[in-house]
Amino acid sequence: MTDGSPKSAGQAQVSLRGVDRIFDAARKGDPGVHALGPIDLELRQGEFFAIVGPSGCGKSTLLELIAGLSVATRGEVAFEGRPIQGKIPEGVGVVFQEDASFPWLSVTDNIAFGLRRMKLAPQEQQRRIDWALELMGLTAFAQSFPAQLSGGMRQRVCIARTLVTEPRLILLDEPFGALDQQTRLLMGDEVLNLWRKTGATVFLITHALDEAAMLADRIGVMSARPGRLIDIVETGWSKDRDSRIVQEDAFGIITARLWRSLREESIKSLGKPGKAA
Amino acid sequence: MRPAVICRIALLVGLVAMIEVLCLTGVIDHITMQPPHRIAIDLLAILASGKLNGAIAKTMGNAALAFGLALVIGVAGAIPLHRFRPVREMLDPLFATYYAIPIFAFYPLLIILFGLGDAPQIFIGAMLGIVAVIVNTLNGLDRVPGVLLKTARVNQMGPVETAWRVTLPYATPYILTGAKLAVAYSFIGIIGAEFIMSRGGMGYEISFAYTNFDNATMYPLIVLILLVSVAVNTLLARWEKRLMVRRGLQ
Repeated sequence: MTDGSPKSAGQAQVSLRGVDRIFDAARKGDPGVHALGPIDLELRQGEFFAIVGPSGCGKSTLLELIAGLSVATRGEVAFEGRPIQGKIPEGVGVVFQEDASFPWLSVTDNIAFGLRRMKLAPQEQQRRIDWALELMGLTAFAQSFPAQLSGGMRQRVCIARTLVTEPRLILLDEPFGALDQQTRLLMGDEVLNLWRKTGATVFLITHALDEAAMLADRIGVMSARPGRLIDIVETGWSKDRDSRIVQEDAFGIITARLWRSLREESIKSLGKPGKAA
Repeated sequence: MRPAVICRIALLVGLVAMIEVLCLTGVIDHITMQPPHRIAIDLLAILASGKLNGAIAKTMGNAALAFGLALVIGVAGAIPLHRFRPVREMLDPLFATYYAIPIFAFYPLLIILFGLGDAPQIFIGAMLGIVAVIVNTLNGLDRVPGVLLKTARVNQMGPVETAWRVTLPYATPYILTGAKLAVAYSFIGIIGAEFIMSRGGMGYEISFAYTNFDNATMYPLIVLILLVSVAVNTLLARWEKRLMVRRGLQ
């Protein structure tokens, strides 16, 4: 098991210590499902951290624990020093893999959804909405409804909705999973851009090794279920990177290392005996 | 205009024209039914004279009240039922058999409980619609995607705010389906109850006209009820369609 503590200096914004998640059995008498853990991980302020792992290894469960949408069976999850334990912390935004736009609201109202309870002045609300519309390239579609947009644009609406609340930690659960490769690369550029602009910590769950290699400062590789961190890869990219780094030799080296760590686990997750490369 | 709409209008116009011809040629005698043009003239005369305005207002007011109660109680009842699975599982079979109960048979009991005024009629009208609203609202709430509920939680919303801002708006097209049924049931309940034992309202006036061979009153009132019920349902259906189109479902 790899300790996910950051090597370089920097205050931990999120910390997970000895975290396990065991789901209750569907029937009485059956053993529970050990989905995740034990996990030890620290996310430092302002970093871009990605998680890759085989299907069903508990990546989304890990994100839900950090978001406070799920409670750890053992161990402690803390955000900015305060334990989460199933309480949704203030300052955390989540973008899900599925389309989470509200179909009855216009793009503007979707983006404003989380602002209502923040009790901001109307001018400040409008400023944030306009900023998010422009950042996500949605200004021309401000009055459109989600059904009138493509899947990628709907996902941008959801990202914009998260951004306007100015979260200090952004959790992305395979947000580009339903998009084609070219759109994913371009959306990756947009995510990097907003990460630089907001200064927030980003925690990305993805099944795409190239996406993780391109976007993240550090990449956590998870084992087959129960998901544990088996490797942490530091990419060493500069902060002003974009999708053009896929041409660099280092990109191939990082992706190859991720696959080397993951191959055996992916075979295990398919229920086949492993064979080392 | 779409071909289906044109065909529908043609069918209705053809039906009315056929009745008109059958009445004018004496195939349907004037004691059984008046020709549609006569019914229309009588209806305008009744509305212009205002002699039945009290009855019309009573029925429409009570039907609106029954509909409103069915809608509010139905939607408000569906939310906790959706949250508490054991209660819902207990009540689901009762909802399925609810419309097998002849609620008018309980009229004497309702008079004992609510007295001789409008309350028993409103109660019947509301009770007929409530379950249709509950069942359809539950259907809509069942379809709310889990990711929208997670989004509500991430935005720190409690159960009431989640219902108000997420689950009920999502379920609105399904609630409207229940509302359309509740409109019809409210009219059935109110007019049926007025037929049985009221001393006023359109149901009573239709019954009174019927026993006195007063076709000049009976048919116009029947047509008026038909027009109002169809108009309200059409408005709700248009609203429902607009929501479905907005959501890309039509």
